[in-house]
Amino acid sequence: MQHILEVHHLKKYFATQKAVDDVSFNIEQGSIFGMLGPNGAGKTTLLRMITGIFFPDDGSITFEGKKFDAINDIVRIGYMPEERGLYKKMNIGDQALYLARLKGLSKAEAMEKIKFWFQRMEMETWWNKKVQDLSKGMSQKLQFVTTVLHEPKLIILDEPFSGLDPVNANLIKDEIFRLAKNGSTIIFSTHRMEQVEEICDHIILINRGNKILDGTVKKVKQDFKENLFMVGFEKDPGYIEPNAIFEISGTKDDNIILKINDGYKPHDVLQHLLGKGLEIISFHEILPSLNDIFIKLVEGTPLARQFKAMDA
Amino acid sequence: MNKIGLIIEREYMTRVKRKSFLLTTILVPIVIIAFYAVIIAVSISGESNTQRIAVLDNANLFNGVIETSKSDKSSYHFIHNETEQSFKSKYKGEGYSLFLYIPESYNKDSGQIKIHSQAAVSIFAKADIERKINAAVEKKRLLAANIDPEIYKNIKADIEVENTIDSGKGEQKGVAGVAYAISFIAGILIYMILLIYGTMVMRGVMEEKTNRIAEVIVSSAKPFQLMLGKIIGIGAVGITQFAIWIVLMIVLQFAIPFIFPDLFEQISNPAVMSNPAMQQVNSGKMVTILQGLHSLPVAKMVLCFIFYFIGGYLLYAALFAAIGSVVSEDQNEAQQLVFPVMMPLILGFVIMTKAINDPDSGLAVFGSMFPLTSPIVMMGRITFGVPPWQLALSMVLLVLGFLFFTWLTAKIYRTGILLYGKKVTWKEMWKWMVRKS
Repeated sequence: MQHILEVHHLKKYFATQKAVDDVSFNIEQGSIFGMLGPNGAGKTTLLRMITGIFFPDDGSITFEGKKFDAINDIVRIGYMPEERGLYKKMNIGDQALYLARLKGLSKAEAMEKIKFWFQRMEMETWWNKKVQDLSKGMSQKLQFVTTVLHEPKLIILDEPFSGLDPVNANLIKDEIFRLAKNGSTIIFSTHRMEQVEEICDHIILINRGNKILDGTVKKVKQDFKENLFMVGFEKDPGYIEPNAIFEISGTKDDNIILKINDGYKPHDVLQHLLGKGLEIISFHEILPSLNDIFIKLVEGTPLARQFKAMDA
Repeated sequence: MNKIGLIIEREYMTRVKRKSFLLTTILVPIVIIAFYAVIIAVSISGESNTQRIAVLDNANLFNGVIETSKSDKSSYHFIHNETEQSFKSKYKGEGYSLFLYIPESYNKDSGQIKIHSQAAVSIFAKADIERKINAAVEKKRLLAANIDPEIYKNIKADIEVENTIDSGKGEQKGVAGVAYAISFIAGILIYMILLIYGTMVMRGVMEEKTNRIAEVIVSSAKPFQLMLGKIIGIGAVGITQFAIWIVLMIVLQFAIPFIFPDLFEQISNPAVMSNPAMQQVNSGKMVTILQGLHSLPVAKMVLCFIFYFIGGYLLYAALFAAIGSVVSEDQNEAQQLVFPVMMPLILGFVIMTKAINDPDSGLAVFGSMFPLTSPIVMMGRITFGVPPWQLALSMVLLVLGFLFFTWLTAKIYRTGILLYGKKVTWKEMWKWMVRKS
């Protein structure tokens, strides 16, 4: 598959910190790409370089196979920053129209798209209202609509679900899936891991300006698995003697959690347990959640690194 | 370019459509004119109704006769067989609105001439009575000195000096006072324009920053486009507002005599104009003022006003935009940061007040060249005639200054609008300015 975006050795140093320090990754066309990292990891700086707001100090960005040219390419990108922003005192309809036209749509095109999206998101009655009259969730919805209105090839959403109730969060989630299905690529930046597991195909993890993890959700989970399995028994299995194949790492009701030692396979475990005459009713692997992986990788590194002076 | 156009359109339309814009644009000239109308009406109101004035002339100053002109509606009545004390409690009951008490001798030691009234007497009424007393005293003294009043009238000097400016276009009659007033008004106007619309730009930028919309916009347009669009858009609002004000002023000037016919009748009434200051503004003087206005280089002044209005506005708007971009939510911080921008503005104003007194002094020439003060100071000098090379140099410097400051402030602006919740120091701003993009 073609890469819509390729980032090569991107660097951005500020006076007191290395905000982004040599980060490279590729994003496949039509995928949902998760960019994870703790607060202050450098995600926003990275996104601002991809959206042409910042110039990188070093490295290059390739967009749709060509060198990224901010002035012409930004009309094919939709960016919803983490810090939501709309003109509070401006008419909502006029506002959507203005933002769409800034992205290069003609007035007629923009009107048509706005009507479509307002209808779709049940916002038709909002046209003459002002943003200051909207609830936080409503303005979030409006922000999302203005981001995707011009049908960008690349949609960048920074924490799109914060402040949304479950109903509206689901509405937005469905739209994200639909947009991806129709060929848009989505970069999804967050530190909410459960959403990432549900939505993203591919993730990277940024910490302290560096990329510390890169892969599909499935692969990352495989990479970080600890060969833990849960076995359910018909009745309490009693004491299981230590053996070379596995170690018991916990029990829960009639289930035990065991860790398979190197060189053995799940098959060996089952054979061993069946050989003891125990009746097994369930057997499944416990994969780590992204949340566990995230905490494991990030824990122990100072989060408030913005106060650390740059050494080099 | 298309994006700048869109941004200009938004900045302009959202402001012009606002109710507060309509309100200030229409109300300000009405309030100003109404204010003056009320002042004039109040100060002459005492005179408008017929007053009965009692005169207790113990010194026999008037010989029992007070001459009144036809338009003077007050009537004077001499009272006898009363003292100041005894009449004080009576005059109101007898239908007099005030009474004039003249003691037998009226020098400072033995007591002064007094007007007793229930409420304060209007300045015009007081001036009128003073004038009558002075005339009577003068007449008495002339008689005592055996001088014929006719001879005295001829001796009194009332000579005016005329200032003729020998410019290329033949002789022009100039009146220093007119040039002075026009210069001052033009200078103040430019100062106010820069201040009002500059702060409007600053507030607009602050709004975009605190609403976090700036990041959304700069992912569609360049920060410089956003800044320039805002500056031009608000400038257009200013021009619109001025155009409306000028039209309204003209309309009101014609309309007011129809709405308040009384008022103008009274103002044009010479008897009311008994105030010495106002007396000077009599027909002869009026003609010289008009001549003075004609002798001023009006076309040149209007063109210069437009040029310095636009140039000065663009320059200061860029500075105010930069300040707005580095202010976080804190309003006090805005006041601190705005001070360095206000300083040259105030300095320009101060130099301007000096320049209208001494238009060719070194300070005035410097002030009218330096781009941060030239819009104000040059307007103060322009009516007195400025050498063409100075004017040209000042204009070129202003354009260069505008380009330089826009380039410089754009660097601050670009970084500032995306920085949230952090107090920016001057040192940091300096770094943003000097680093390469």
